[in-house]
Amino acid sequence: MIPELQTIWSLLEEVKDPEVPVLSIPDLGIVREVKIYDDLIEVIITPTYSGCPAMDMISMDIRLKLLEQGYKNIRVSYQLSPAWTTDWMTESGKKKLQEYGIAPPQEKRVRKMLFDEDEEIICPRCQSSHTKLLSQFGSTACKALYQCQDCKEPFDYFKCH
Amino acid sequence: MDQLITYSLHLADTTLILAQRNAEWCAHGPILEQDIAITNITLDLIGQSRNFYQYAATLINQSAEAVAEPATEDSLAYLRTEREYKNLLITELPNGDWANTILRQFFFSVFQFGLLEQLQKGSDAQLAAIAEKSIKETTYHVKWSSEWVIRLGDGTEESHQRMINAIHNLWTYTGEFFIPAVYEKDVLPHVDFDALKSAWLEKITEIFTEATLSVPPASFMQTGGKTGHHTEHLGFILTDLQHLQKTYPGAEW
Repeated sequence: MIPELQTIWSLLEEVKDPEVPVLSIPDLGIVREVKIYDDLIEVIITPTYSGCPAMDMISMDIRLKLLEQGYKNIRVSYQLSPAWTTDWMTESGKKKLQEYGIAPPQEKRVRKMLFDEDEEIICPRCQSSHTKLLSQFGSTACKALYQCQDCKEPFDYFKCH
Repeated sequence: MDQLITYSLHLADTTLILAQRNAEWCAHGPILEQDIAITNITLDLIGQSRNFYQYAATLINQSAEAVAEPATEDSLAYLRTEREYKNLLITELPNGDWANTILRQFFFSVFQFGLLEQLQKGSDAQLAAIAEKSIKETTYHVKWSSEWVIRLGDGTEESHQRMINAIHNLWTYTGEFFIPAVYEKDVLPHVDFDALKSAWLEKITEIFTEATLSVPPASFMQTGGKTGHHTEHLGFILTDLQHLQKTYPGAEW
Protein backbone atom coordinates (compact mmCIF):
# COMPACT_ATOMS: atom_id res chain seq x y z
CA MET A 1 0.00 0.00 0.00
CA ILE A 2 1.42 3.39 -0.91
CA PRO A 3 2.21 5.52 2.15
CA GLU A 4 -0.39 8.20 1.50
CA LEU A 5 -3.11 5.61 1.12
CA GLN A 6 -2.06 4.14 4.44
CA THR A 7 -2.25 7.60 6.04
CA ILE A 8 -5.79 8.10 4.78
CA TRP A 9 -6.93 4.70 6.02
CA SER A 10 -5.51 5.47 9.45
CA LEU A 11 -7.32 8.82 9.44
CA LEU A 12 -10.54 6.98 8.61
CA GLU A 13 -9.95 4.90 11.75
CA GLU A 14 -10.66 8.11 13.64
CA VAL A 15 -14.08 8.54 12.04
CA LYS A 16 -16.64 6.82 14.26
CA ASP A 17 -20.12 5.50 13.68
CA PRO A 18 -22.25 8.23 15.30
CA GLU A 19 -24.77 5.65 16.56
CA VAL A 20 -22.14 3.27 17.95
CA PRO A 21 -19.19 5.53 18.78
CA VAL A 22 -16.82 2.70 19.75
CA LEU A 23 -16.75 1.52 16.14
CA SER A 24 -14.64 3.19 13.50
CA ILE A 25 -15.96 3.13 9.97
CA PRO A 26 -13.31 0.62 8.80
CA ASP A 27 -14.36 -1.57 11.78
CA LEU A 28 -17.90 -1.38 10.53
CA GLY A 29 -16.76 -2.48 7.08
CA ILE A 30 -18.44 0.31 5.17
CA VAL A 31 -15.33 1.81 3.54
CA ARG A 32 -15.05 -0.06 0.26
CA GLU A 33 -12.14 1.76 -1.29
CA VAL A 34 -9.93 4.84 -1.10
CA LYS A 35 -8.66 6.27 -4.36
CA ILE A 36 -6.04 8.95 -4.85
CA TYR A 37 -6.12 10.98 -8.03
CA ASP A 38 -3.82 13.90 -8.86
CA ASP A 39 -5.58 16.42 -6.66
CA LEU A 40 -8.55 14.45 -5.43
CA ILE A 41 -9.16 11.91 -2.70
CA GLU A 42 -12.17 9.67 -3.21
CA VAL A 43 -13.59 7.61 -0.37
CA ILE A 44 -16.17 5.06 -1.44
CA ILE A 45 -18.57 3.92 1.26
CA THR A 46 -21.56 1.61 1.27
CA PRO A 47 -24.67 2.13 3.41
CA THR A 48 -25.50 -0.38 6.11
CA TYR A 49 -29.26 0.06 5.62
CA SER A 50 -30.97 2.04 2.83
CA GLY A 51 -32.48 4.47 5.30
CA CYS A 52 -29.59 4.67 7.76
CA PRO A 53 -29.62 8.30 8.94
CA ALA A 54 -25.99 7.99 10.07
CA MET A 55 -24.73 7.86 6.47
CA ASP A 56 -25.05 11.59 5.78
CA MET A 57 -23.28 12.33 9.04
CA ILE A 58 -20.52 9.80 8.34
CA SER A 59 -19.80 11.27 4.94
CA MET A 60 -19.62 14.75 6.48
CA ASP A 61 -17.28 13.45 9.21
CA ILE A 62 -14.99 11.86 6.60
CA ARG A 63 -14.82 15.16 4.77
CA LEU A 64 -14.11 17.13 7.95
CA LYS A 65 -11.41 14.68 9.10
CA LEU A 66 -9.57 14.93 5.78
CA LEU A 67 -9.99 18.73 5.55
CA GLU A 68 -8.51 18.98 9.02
CA GLN A 69 -5.40 17.20 7.75
CA GLY A 70 -4.98 19.59 4.84
CA TYR A 71 -6.66 17.63 2.06
CA LYS A 72 -8.74 20.03 0.03
CA ASN A 73 -10.44 18.14 -2.73
CA ILE A 74 -12.44 15.27 -1.28
CA ARG A 75 -15.18 13.20 -2.76
CA VAL A 76 -17.27 10.74 -0.75
CA SER A 77 -19.25 8.44 -3.01
CA TYR A 78 -21.77 5.73 -2.30
CA GLN A 79 -21.77 2.25 -3.70
CA LEU A 80 -24.82 0.01 -3.24
CA SER A 81 -23.53 -3.21 -4.78
CA PRO A 82 -22.25 -5.52 -3.48
CA ALA A 83 -24.59 -4.86 -0.57
CA TRP A 84 -23.01 -4.37 2.85
CA THR A 85 -22.91 -7.39 5.09
CA THR A 86 -21.91 -7.76 8.73
CA ASP A 87 -19.28 -10.23 7.45
CA TRP A 88 -17.28 -7.13 6.56
CA MET A 89 -17.09 -6.03 10.17
CA THR A 90 -13.59 -6.56 11.56
CA GLU A 91 -12.83 -8.94 14.42
CA SER A 92 -11.58 -6.05 16.53
CA GLY A 93 -14.83 -4.21 15.74
CA LYS A 94 -16.85 -7.18 17.00
CA LYS A 95 -14.76 -7.25 20.16
CA LYS A 96 -15.34 -3.53 20.76
CA LEU A 97 -19.09 -3.99 20.31
CA GLN A 98 -19.11 -6.79 22.85
CA GLU A 99 -17.23 -4.66 25.39
CA TYR A 100 -19.63 -1.79 24.73
CA GLY A 101 -22.59 -3.99 25.69
CA ILE A 102 -23.91 -4.77 22.21
CA ALA A 103 -23.91 -8.41 21.15
CA PRO A 104 -21.90 -8.59 17.90
CA PRO A 105 -23.32 -10.20 14.76
CA GLN A 106 -22.82 -13.94 14.88
CA GLU A 107 -21.45 -16.08 12.13
CA LYS A 108 -23.57 -15.82 9.05
CA ARG A 109 -25.71 -18.81 8.32
CA VAL A 110 -28.19 -19.47 5.57
CA ARG A 111 -31.35 -17.61 6.36
CA LYS A 112 -34.67 -19.08 5.50
CA MET A 113 -37.18 -16.36 4.86
CA LEU A 114 -39.81 -17.32 7.37
CA PHE A 115 -39.79 -18.86 10.79
CA ASP A 116 -36.24 -19.98 10.89
CA GLU A 117 -35.28 -20.93 14.40
CA ASP A 118 -34.40 -17.93 16.48
CA GLU A 119 -30.67 -17.59 16.71
CA GLU A 120 -28.98 -18.25 19.99
CA ILE A 121 -27.52 -14.89 20.94
CA ILE A 122 -24.99 -14.57 23.75
CA CYS A 123 -25.61 -11.93 26.43
CA PRO A 124 -22.75 -9.40 26.17
CA ARG A 125 -22.80 -8.89 29.95
CA CYS A 126 -22.90 -12.34 31.55
CA GLN A 127 -22.18 -14.52 28.46
CA SER A 128 -25.32 -16.57 29.04
CA SER A 129 -26.89 -18.13 25.97
CA HIS A 130 -30.23 -18.14 27.75
CA THR A 131 -31.61 -15.08 25.96
CA LYS A 132 -34.89 -14.09 24.38
CA LEU A 133 -35.76 -11.97 21.34
CA LEU A 134 -37.94 -9.01 22.35
CA SER A 135 -38.14 -7.35 18.96
CA GLN A 136 -36.56 -7.75 15.51
CA PHE A 137 -36.26 -3.98 15.46
CA GLY A 138 -34.22 -2.10 18.03
CA SER A 139 -32.93 1.39 18.74
CA THR A 140 -31.46 1.69 15.24
CA ALA A 141 -32.12 -0.09 11.96
CA CYS A 142 -29.06 -2.33 12.42
CA LYS A 143 -30.01 -3.70 15.83
CA ALA A 144 -32.55 -6.09 17.38
CA LEU A 145 -33.63 -6.05 21.00
CA TYR A 146 -32.95 -9.05 23.27
CA GLN A 147 -33.20 -9.79 26.94
CA CYS A 148 -30.97 -12.07 28.99
CA GLN A 149 -33.02 -14.60 30.96
CA ASP A 150 -30.24 -15.04 33.52
CA CYS A 151 -28.99 -11.55 34.39
CA LYS A 152 -32.33 -10.06 33.18
CA GLU A 153 -30.63 -7.20 31.34
CA PRO A 154 -32.11 -6.15 28.04
CA PHE A 155 -29.45 -5.65 25.36
CA ASP A 156 -28.99 -4.75 21.71
CA TYR A 157 -27.88 -7.33 19.17
CA PHE A 158 -26.16 -6.06 16.05
CA LYS A 159 -28.18 -8.00 13.48
CA CYS A 160 -26.47 -10.35 11.11
CA HIS A 161 -27.19 -8.84 7.73
CA MET B 1 -35.41 6.07 -21.19
CA ASP B 2 -38.77 7.72 -20.45
CA GLN B 3 -40.19 4.37 -19.45
CA LEU B 4 -37.29 3.73 -17.10
CA ILE B 5 -37.77 7.15 -15.48
CA THR B 6 -41.48 6.50 -15.01
CA TYR B 7 -40.80 3.05 -13.59
CA SER B 8 -38.21 4.37 -11.13
CA LEU B 9 -40.70 7.01 -10.03
CA HIS B 10 -43.38 4.35 -9.60
CA LEU B 11 -41.05 2.41 -7.26
CA ALA B 12 -40.03 5.58 -5.41
CA ASP B 13 -43.61 6.84 -4.99
CA THR B 14 -44.86 3.46 -3.80
CA THR B 15 -42.24 3.14 -1.06
CA LEU B 16 -42.58 6.80 -0.06
CA ILE B 17 -46.35 6.76 0.31
CA LEU B 18 -46.35 3.52 2.28
CA ALA B 19 -43.64 4.99 4.52
CA GLN B 20 -45.70 8.15 5.00
CA ARG B 21 -48.71 6.08 6.02
CA ASN B 22 -46.75 3.84 8.39
CA ALA B 23 -45.11 6.89 9.95
CA GLU B 24 -48.56 7.96 11.19
CA TRP B 25 -48.09 5.20 13.78
CA CYS B 26 -45.05 6.93 15.26
CA ALA B 27 -45.75 7.25 19.01
CA HIS B 28 -49.14 5.52 18.54
CA GLY B 29 -48.01 1.88 18.21
CA PRO B 30 -49.77 -0.70 20.39
CA ILE B 31 -46.64 -1.20 22.51
CA LEU B 32 -43.24 0.46 22.48
CA GLU B 33 -41.38 -2.37 20.70
CA GLN B 34 -43.94 -2.47 17.91
CA ASP B 35 -43.98 1.29 17.61
CA ILE B 36 -40.23 1.04 17.04
CA ALA B 37 -40.69 -1.84 14.60
CA ILE B 38 -43.18 -0.08 12.34
CA THR B 39 -41.11 3.12 12.32
CA ASN B 40 -37.95 1.12 11.53
CA ILE B 41 -39.78 -0.39 8.57
CA THR B 42 -40.78 3.14 7.61
CA LEU B 43 -37.15 4.21 7.70
CA ASP B 44 -36.14 1.31 5.44
CA LEU B 45 -38.88 2.27 2.97
CA ILE B 46 -37.83 5.92 2.95
CA GLY B 47 -34.24 4.84 2.33
CA GLN B 48 -35.32 2.68 -0.59
CA SER B 49 -37.49 5.49 -1.87
CA ARG B 50 -34.57 7.94 -1.77
CA ASN B 51 -32.44 5.55 -3.81
CA PHE B 52 -35.14 5.29 -6.48
CA TYR B 53 -35.76 9.05 -6.55
CA GLN B 54 -32.03 9.75 -6.82
CA TYR B 55 -31.80 7.36 -9.74
CA ALA B 56 -34.85 8.93 -11.43
CA ALA B 57 -33.33 12.41 -10.93
CA THR B 58 -30.04 11.31 -12.50
CA LEU B 59 -31.89 9.89 -15.51
CA ILE B 60 -34.06 12.98 -15.91
CA ASN B 61 -31.05 15.27 -15.77
CA GLN B 62 -29.27 13.18 -18.42
CA SER B 63 -32.25 13.14 -20.74
CA ALA B 64 -32.85 15.67 -23.48
CA GLU B 65 -35.79 17.15 -21.63
CA ALA B 66 -33.55 18.38 -18.84
CA VAL B 67 -34.44 21.93 -17.91
CA ALA B 68 -32.41 24.68 -16.28
CA GLU B 69 -33.42 23.60 -12.78
CA PRO B 70 -32.07 20.06 -12.35
CA ALA B 71 -34.31 17.43 -10.77
CA THR B 72 -33.40 16.21 -7.29
CA GLU B 73 -34.84 13.59 -4.99
CA ASP B 74 -36.54 16.44 -3.11
CA SER B 75 -38.06 18.13 -6.13
CA LEU B 76 -39.49 14.79 -7.26
CA ALA B 77 -41.02 14.01 -3.89
CA TYR B 78 -42.21 17.47 -2.94
CA LEU B 79 -43.24 19.15 -6.15
CA ARG B 80 -45.09 16.56 -8.20
CA THR B 81 -48.87 16.52 -8.26
CA GLU B 82 -51.31 13.77 -7.42
CA ARG B 83 -51.76 12.75 -11.06
CA GLU B 84 -47.99 12.56 -11.49
CA TYR B 85 -47.62 10.17 -8.57
CA LYS B 86 -47.51 6.53 -9.71
CA ASN B 87 -47.73 4.67 -6.38
CA LEU B 88 -49.80 1.55 -5.90
CA LEU B 89 -53.29 2.32 -4.60
CA ILE B 90 -52.93 0.01 -1.61
CA THR B 91 -50.17 2.18 -0.14
CA GLU B 92 -52.34 5.31 0.05
CA LEU B 93 -55.32 3.74 1.84
CA PRO B 94 -55.86 4.93 5.40
CA ASN B 95 -54.13 2.85 8.08
CA GLY B 96 -57.30 1.75 9.82
CA ASP B 97 -56.55 -0.37 12.87
CA TRP B 98 -53.37 -2.33 13.62
CA ALA B 99 -54.75 -5.43 11.86
CA ASN B 100 -55.32 -3.43 8.68
CA THR B 101 -51.87 -1.85 8.87
CA ILE B 102 -49.96 -5.09 9.36
CA LEU B 103 -52.01 -6.93 6.73
CA ARG B 104 -51.20 -4.25 4.15
CA GLN B 105 -47.51 -4.48 5.10
CA PHE B 106 -47.69 -8.26 4.75
CA PHE B 107 -49.37 -8.17 1.30
CA PHE B 108 -46.92 -5.52 0.13
CA SER B 109 -43.72 -7.01 1.57
CA VAL B 110 -44.37 -10.47 0.15
CA PHE B 111 -45.00 -8.86 -3.24
CA GLN B 112 -41.97 -6.59 -2.91
CA PHE B 113 -39.71 -9.50 -2.02
CA GLY B 114 -40.62 -11.32 -5.24
CA LEU B 115 -40.26 -8.14 -7.29
CA LEU B 116 -36.84 -7.28 -5.85
CA GLU B 117 -35.63 -10.78 -6.70
CA GLN B 118 -36.62 -10.10 -10.30
CA LEU B 119 -35.04 -6.62 -10.34
CA GLN B 120 -31.76 -8.16 -9.24
CA LYS B 121 -31.84 -10.31 -12.36
CA GLY B 122 -32.80 -7.42 -14.64
CA SER B 123 -30.64 -5.64 -17.18
CA ASP B 124 -30.55 -2.28 -15.40
CA ALA B 125 -27.48 -2.24 -13.13
CA GLN B 126 -28.65 0.52 -10.81
CA LEU B 127 -32.13 -0.95 -10.22
CA ALA B 128 -30.40 -4.28 -9.56
CA ALA B 129 -28.05 -2.67 -7.04
CA ILE B 130 -30.89 -0.94 -5.18
CA ALA B 131 -32.82 -4.22 -5.17
CA GLU B 132 -29.82 -6.14 -3.83
CA LYS B 133 -29.61 -3.68 -0.94
CA SER B 134 -33.36 -3.47 -0.28
CA ILE B 135 -34.16 -7.16 -0.29
CA LYS B 136 -32.21 -7.72 2.93
CA GLU B 137 -34.48 -5.20 4.64
CA THR B 138 -37.63 -6.57 3.03
CA THR B 139 -36.77 -10.04 4.36
CA TYR B 140 -37.25 -8.66 7.88
CA HIS B 141 -40.50 -6.93 6.90
CA VAL B 142 -41.93 -10.18 5.55
CA LYS B 143 -41.00 -12.06 8.69
CA TRP B 144 -42.33 -9.42 11.06
CA SER B 145 -45.64 -8.91 9.24
CA SER B 146 -46.21 -12.67 8.76
CA GLU B 147 -45.82 -13.23 12.46
CA TRP B 148 -48.40 -10.53 13.15
CA VAL B 149 -50.88 -11.99 10.67
CA ILE B 150 -50.62 -15.33 12.46
CA ARG B 151 -50.74 -13.76 15.93
CA LEU B 152 -53.93 -11.84 15.18
CA GLY B 153 -55.59 -14.35 12.86
CA ASP B 154 -55.06 -17.22 15.27
CA GLY B 155 -55.57 -15.02 18.32
CA THR B 156 -58.76 -13.99 20.04
CA GLU B 157 -62.22 -13.80 18.55
CA GLU B 158 -61.82 -10.04 18.37
CA SER B 159 -58.40 -10.08 16.67
CA HIS B 160 -59.57 -12.78 14.24
CA GLN B 161 -62.59 -10.68 13.27
CA ARG B 162 -60.39 -7.63 12.76
CA MET B 163 -58.19 -9.60 10.38
CA ILE B 164 -61.25 -10.66 8.41
CA ASN B 165 -62.34 -7.03 8.19
CA ALA B 166 -58.86 -6.05 7.03
CA ILE B 167 -58.84 -8.72 4.32
CA HIS B 168 -62.21 -7.42 3.17
CA ASN B 169 -60.86 -3.85 3.02
CA LEU B 170 -57.62 -4.62 1.23
CA TRP B 171 -58.11 -7.64 -1.00
CA THR B 172 -59.32 -5.84 -4.12
CA TYR B 173 -56.21 -3.64 -3.98
CA THR B 174 -53.78 -6.57 -4.24
CA GLY B 175 -54.46 -7.28 -7.93
CA GLU B 176 -52.66 -4.12 -8.98
CA PHE B 177 -49.32 -5.64 -7.96
CA PHE B 178 -49.51 -8.04 -10.88
CA ILE B 179 -51.23 -6.02 -13.61
CA PRO B 180 -48.25 -4.38 -15.30
CA ALA B 181 -48.44 -0.86 -16.70
CA VAL B 182 -47.00 -0.22 -20.16
CA TYR B 183 -43.75 1.12 -18.71
CA GLU B 184 -43.31 -1.95 -16.50
CA LYS B 185 -43.58 -4.33 -19.44
CA ASP B 186 -41.04 -2.18 -21.21
CA VAL B 187 -38.50 -2.04 -18.37
CA LEU B 188 -39.04 -5.61 -17.15
CA PRO B 189 -39.35 -7.75 -20.28
CA HIS B 190 -37.93 -10.69 -18.32
CA VAL B 191 -40.60 -10.66 -15.62
CA ASP B 192 -43.52 -13.07 -15.77
CA PHE B 193 -46.19 -11.30 -13.71
CA ASP B 194 -48.43 -14.36 -13.62
CA ALA B 195 -45.62 -16.39 -12.08
CA LEU B 196 -44.96 -13.59 -9.61
CA LYS B 197 -48.63 -13.67 -8.68
CA SER B 198 -48.70 -17.45 -8.18
CA ALA B 199 -45.66 -17.30 -5.90
CA TRP B 200 -47.27 -14.44 -3.94
CA LEU B 201 -50.55 -16.29 -3.57
CA GLU B 202 -48.74 -19.40 -2.42
CA LYS B 203 -47.02 -17.49 0.38
CA ILE B 204 -50.22 -15.70 1.39
CA THR B 205 -52.07 -19.03 1.49
CA GLU B 206 -49.35 -20.62 3.62
CA ILE B 207 -49.47 -17.85 6.23
CA PHE B 208 -53.26 -17.51 6.12
CA THR B 209 -53.64 -21.24 6.73
CA GLU B 210 -51.48 -20.99 9.81
CA ALA B 211 -53.44 -17.91 10.85
CA THR B 212 -56.78 -19.77 10.41
CA LEU B 213 -57.83 -17.22 7.78
CA SER B 214 -59.30 -17.87 4.34
CA VAL B 215 -57.95 -16.51 1.09
CA PRO B 216 -60.83 -14.74 -0.72
CA PRO B 217 -61.92 -16.02 -4.14
CA ALA B 218 -60.76 -14.24 -7.29
CA SER B 219 -62.66 -10.99 -7.69
CA PHE B 220 -62.67 -7.62 -9.39
CA MET B 221 -59.43 -5.77 -8.72
CA GLN B 222 -58.86 -2.03 -8.41
CA THR B 223 -56.26 -0.45 -10.67
CA GLY B 224 -55.15 3.07 -11.55
CA GLY B 225 -52.33 3.99 -9.19
CA LYS B 226 -49.63 3.02 -11.64
CA THR B 227 -50.99 5.48 -14.18
CA GLY B 228 -51.77 8.29 -11.75
CA HIS B 229 -55.48 7.63 -11.19
CA HIS B 230 -55.77 7.59 -7.43
CA THR B 231 -58.29 7.23 -4.65
CA GLU B 232 -59.40 10.40 -2.89
CA HIS B 233 -56.86 9.71 -0.13
CA LEU B 234 -53.66 10.56 -1.98
CA GLY B 235 -54.41 14.26 -2.28
CA PHE B 236 -54.65 14.59 1.49
CA ILE B 237 -51.37 12.72 2.01
CA LEU B 238 -49.56 14.95 -0.47
CA THR B 239 -51.02 18.10 1.03
CA ASP B 240 -49.49 17.08 4.32
CA LEU B 241 -46.22 15.77 2.88
CA GLN B 242 -45.61 18.72 0.56
CA HIS B 243 -47.03 21.51 2.69
CA LEU B 244 -43.72 23.05 3.74
CA GLN B 245 -42.06 23.09 0.31
CA LYS B 246 -45.18 24.48 -1.30
CA THR B 247 -45.63 27.19 1.30
CA TYR B 248 -41.96 28.12 1.54
CA PRO B 249 -40.40 27.03 -1.78
CA GLY B 250 -36.78 25.95 -1.41
CA ALA B 251 -36.86 26.07 2.39
CA GLU B 252 -33.94 24.23 4.02
CA TRP B 253 -33.09 23.41 7.59
